[in-house]
Amino acid sequence: MSDVLNLCDVSVQFDKHLALRGVNLQMQAGERVALVGANGCGKSTLLRVAHGLLKVSAGQVSVASDVRQAMVFQRPHMLRTSVLRFVAWGLWLQGASWREAHVRAMQALERVNLQGVAERTARTLSGGQQQRLALARAWALKPNFVLLDEPTSSLDPHAKRDVERLLADWVAAEETSLLFSSHNLGQVKRLATRVVYLESGRVLADLPVDQFFNQPLGESHPEAHLFLKGELG
Amino acid sequence: MTTLTDTSLTALQLLTQLDPVLWSIVGRSLWVSVLATVIACGLGLLLGAWLGVARFVGRDALLTVLNTLLALPSVVVGLLVYLLLSRTGPLGYLGWLFSLKAMVLAQAVLVLPVVTALTRQCVEDAERNHGEQLQSLGAKPWLRSILLAWDERYALLTVLIAAFGRAISEVGAVMVVGGNIEGFTRVMTTAIALETSKGDLPLALALGLVLMTVVLLLNVLISALRRWRQRMDGADPVQGVLA
Repeated sequence: MSDVLNLCDVSVQFDKHLALRGVNLQMQAGERVALVGANGCGKSTLLRVAHGLLKVSAGQVSVASDVRQAMVFQRPHMLRTSVLRFVAWGLWLQGASWREAHVRAMQALERVNLQGVAERTARTLSGGQQQRLALARAWALKPNFVLLDEPTSSLDPHAKRDVERLLADWVAAEETSLLFSSHNLGQVKRLATRVVYLESGRVLADLPVDQFFNQPLGESHPEAHLFLKGELG
Repeated sequence: MTTLTDTSLTALQLLTQLDPVLWSIVGRSLWVSVLATVIACGLGLLLGAWLGVARFVGRDALLTVLNTLLALPSVVVGLLVYLLLSRTGPLGYLGWLFSLKAMVLAQAVLVLPVVTALTRQCVEDAERNHGEQLQSLGAKPWLRSILLAWDERYALLTVLIAAFGRAISEVGAVMVVGGNIEGFTRVMTTAIALETSKGDLPLALALGLVLMTVVLLLNVLISALRRWRQRMDGADPVQGVLA
């Protein structure tokens, strides 16, 4: 399988703060990689670098030419427009005609079961609905590589479950590569095939999901071991 | 106290009896200030939105100049526009000096930095908070600035109030370039200044009351519009942060 993403010795500096320090990460097509670690460890920065939103201070980022990316943010910003147009805007910005954008936007809304509120103003939706709407917008772009920044962290348990189900169905049906950050270790177990543990901008562990959760990490990865035990972060 | 009461009563009489001199001055004032605000907003909203998103060498210096222009005295603007429009000035061939066009130009120049600076701040805040989400969809800086300005349109209504308030209440610039010619370029502020110096306090006070009422009504209207639309559109969401 080919690499969809390759980060080579990547560092990112904000003023005097090093948010990422010499990070190496390769992802193959179809892989589902979870980024875990305490707040401020660099998960969001890494996602933004992978998505091209942040420039690196050192190192190289390469993304396969056939990759179509979409990113879902922790708290998606709702434009002051209708739910349908919110999705259609995303498609229009990517080059679709306004008419085609509306058709595809409605299909995306049906997929996340929001077709009934298509004409409502996006900002009046609940937190869970807004996150489903953000997923719909990402899905409408037909990406083969999705990046998600703590997609369920601000949701209640029911909304969290709904969003997670949608994500699981999505990646199962379309072999989509997934790079997501999460503090929810149960979610990581359910969605990821591989776990990358970050600490102060460095990758401390990069392991298949079974190995990360089932093998004793105390000696090889003491920080990750403490994180798993809930004694860190 | 008696003088104030008498003056107020006479002023109210002028207003209620639809005094033609008074209302022609009011109409001229509104026409000049509305037109100047529309011109300044047309340019300032675009320029401010672009400055809110664009990053280029010299941007900080440009913003410093822009913020300095916020405090530009209106008589200085009047003087500059006068020099531009005077017979020997670069725009002298237009023949606008001592006309309403010159007054519109002067007020537009005065208001433009206000619109640009406030729009820039508003759009820059929006860009910082959620510009990357539009960037993620492929929106380039110019398109992003338009989208963010549109998204912040209710906040930008406040800019419109500030701009109109600055335009209609200024006296120095329109006095210099308009000449305060009776029945031609006399507006509320210049008339108030003149009538006060002449001792015709009722007319000055009546004009002052109209001036304050116009600004008050505009504020009430726009505040109501903002509240109504924000209720329809939902509250602003809590902004996300980088982990």
